[in-house]
Amino acid sequence: MRFYEYEAKDLLRRHGVPLPQSRLAHTAEEAAAAAAELGPVVLKSQVLSGGRMKAGGVKFADTPDEAAAATTEILEIAINGLRPVGVLAEEKRTITQEYFAAVTYDGRAKLPVIIFSDMGGIDIEEVAEQHPEHLSRTHFSAARPFSDYIAKNAVAAVGVTGNDLNALTRIVASLARIFLQYDLTLAEINPIGRLDDGAILALDSHMDMEAEARRTHQALLKELGVDDDDNRQARPPTPFEIAAAQLDAADPRGVAGNLTEFDGNLGLIIGAGGGSLTLFDAVRQAGGHPANYCEIGGNPSVSKAAALTKLICEQPKVEKIAVMMNVVSNTRVDIVARGVIKGCIEAGFDPSEKIAIFRIPGSWEEEGFAILDRYGVDYVDRSVSMHEAAARAVAKMQA
Amino acid sequence: MAMFIRVDIDEAVQRDPALCRQLVEVCPVDIFALEESGRVTTVEPNLDECTLCALCWEAAPEGQVNVVRLYRE
Amino acid sequence: MSILVDENTTFIIQGITGREAVTMAREVLDYGSKLVGGVTPGRKGRDVHGVPVEDTVRALTERTRVDASVVSVPPGFAADAVLEAIDAGIKLVVVVTERIPRKQVAQFVEYAKQQGTRIIGPNCLGVISPGKSKVGGVGGANTERAFHPGRIGVMSRSGGMTVEIANSLSAAGLGVSTAVSIGGDAIIGSTYAELMPLFDADPDTHGIAIYSEPGGRAEYELADYMAQSGSKLPIVAFMAGRFMDEMPGMRFGHAGTIVEGKADTTAEKIANLEAAGISVAERIEDIPRLLRERLGETD
Repeated sequence: MRFYEYEAKDLLRRHGVPLPQSRLAHTAEEAAAAAAELGPVVLKSQVLSGGRMKAGGVKFADTPDEAAAATTEILEIAINGLRPVGVLAEEKRTITQEYFAAVTYDGRAKLPVIIFSDMGGIDIEEVAEQHPEHLSRTHFSAARPFSDYIAKNAVAAVGVTGNDLNALTRIVASLARIFLQYDLTLAEINPIGRLDDGAILALDSHMDMEAEARRTHQALLKELGVDDDDNRQARPPTPFEIAAAQLDAADPRGVAGNLTEFDGNLGLIIGAGGGSLTLFDAVRQAGGHPANYCEIGGNPSVSKAAALTKLICEQPKVEKIAVMMNVVSNTRVDIVARGVIKGCIEAGFDPSEKIAIFRIPGSWEEEGFAILDRYGVDYVDRSVSMHEAAARAVAKMQA
Repeated sequence: MAMFIRVDIDEAVQRDPALCRQLVEVCPVDIFALEESGRVTTVEPNLDECTLCALCWEAAPEGQVNVVRLYRE
Repeated sequence: MSILVDENTTFIIQGITGREAVTMAREVLDYGSKLVGGVTPGRKGRDVHGVPVEDTVRALTERTRVDASVVSVPPGFAADAVLEAIDAGIKLVVVVTERIPRKQVAQFVEYAKQQGTRIIGPNCLGVISPGKSKVGGVGGANTERAFHPGRIGVMSRSGGMTVEIANSLSAAGLGVSTAVSIGGDAIIGSTYAELMPLFDADPDTHGIAIYSEPGGRAEYELADYMAQSGSKLPIVAFMAGRFMDEMPGMRFGHAGTIVEGKADTTAEKIANLEAAGISVAERIEDIPRLLRERLGETD
């Protein structure tokens, strides 16, 4: 779950990281008032996307009138399909040097890692490729309380010393502590700027909290004003997606949700994890047009599987649904068969017509096949591969 | 209305309060509940959740708790 | 032979009275695995399908040899359960639980390494050496159908696809030596590259099938291992989630599956695997054929 810049800076401020003065403005009038108070400002679109500068989401203003005009423009610009929620008006400062600091997990080392560079403000992957001596990677333990010397090592490793070393050590150490404390998967400050007066400030920040940890940090999220159903995906959720998330959250037994809407006509109920990725690829390879991606797994209850099926069947664009999974181990064929048949019927459809194909072999399949026989649903067993089953469903749509 | 599962409880079960309580405890999907009188009853919305785990009919003397699969009838 | 588990492996299930674990207990017993106990705090003295339940792991390790534990508890309790198993001296911990926050995984994986415990998972279905034992729910109730004893090692970031791939290998007559569902999270206890030395040392494993997907660097680590170790095992990989290359920032499937940078895409990974001499299958049903080709058994 990505934080807006102003939220990330709120976290930094709480942990004593020095920042420029700033005000969040939702309207041109509020931006003008901020400029009257702060003097010349930089106005930054508050949007959950990178590439703000290129898209025209960052502008400078010397007067309140200029700030109002710039804010009106910025609020109109969607970046990568996302609308800004406001503009951050921040006092304009003169920067003499930019640094980069980020903390994330390295899945290979299985440890958190600090990435630090004295070439901030530009694409860090480019620095890593072209100027590796200007970038340090410093792993640390997530099990021990964070110690400042680790941040110092990260900063010193690119050759920084003197006052900058000490100021940066404090900032990077705070960033690492924030990262650990709030279950973040990314905590980045880019750039950290040294000003003409020698002060060192965090100028922009990007933070991601792990979705699984949201519940743990409910109190903080409430303080920051983040709603429970604000999923902060790379694009805003559709009503179909929101409804699926709600039914998944309403019943803790297994997963039935995590739905992403597409513009096709074939509704998909396609297992969880890897099986769902494989089958989504298979449907597209066969020339099919999915109406959705979703997940069912971890043995959802019959009522939960039924609720998801009903929701998908009720979408006007969904002509048929395909119920397909890899050979299942713990999710049971009979339980899913009960759920999808019940969901179809509750949505007012005949399962034998609405379900293009049912391909879930594995645990309790004889029991599941008995249920499918009773309701006349077309099913195949494991002798028909996932790719073949997907192709059959697509062929039925074209018939 | 349950579409797939029916559970029949023999009257003999009701004469064994310990067994009634045990049925409530063993069922992983809460199909059984105790009435105030101490009689055990089934919870209609949970019937279709039955996983056929056998814990209920194994807990009772043979034939006293029967889980009926309506799709096999 | 096999790796990690065999017919002598004794193990327990932490969280044995849960809905999933009760089913798992019955299935591993039916398979002939040596499930010697279970733990659920407050349920000491009960039994699940004849397996004794204790309040603590230590109560079981004090009276019997426990080679492994399967952790099947809700995410909020999982890290604690793993630490309890490690401190009781168990050397193989299979973490089935999904949705454990990454920090907690990093913490127990680090501690396990210090204590010499191997972690499989989290977010996995376990380990199976067909015909010998399975530790975890992999294969479900009809394990024999998907897992014929044989000579291919399987490693998969997806539990479900572990079974699908094993099924295709069994149907093709190749069978499986050991299959490991390594887990779908961003941080896991044992990666492809970390398990490869075990397969390399197993005379009965003649080839490897892996399932992989977008996100993470595990495939690069495997490619590096193949380049550096001199391993002779032919590997065939299947890469799912190709549609995700066009959808950066969106998370599908597992917690670890997201395209954040170029290196996370399936296109980059496929190129890297192929450069390391690993064959990449387009469809699951192509895996057995490609393995036979690599084993020099084409007809």
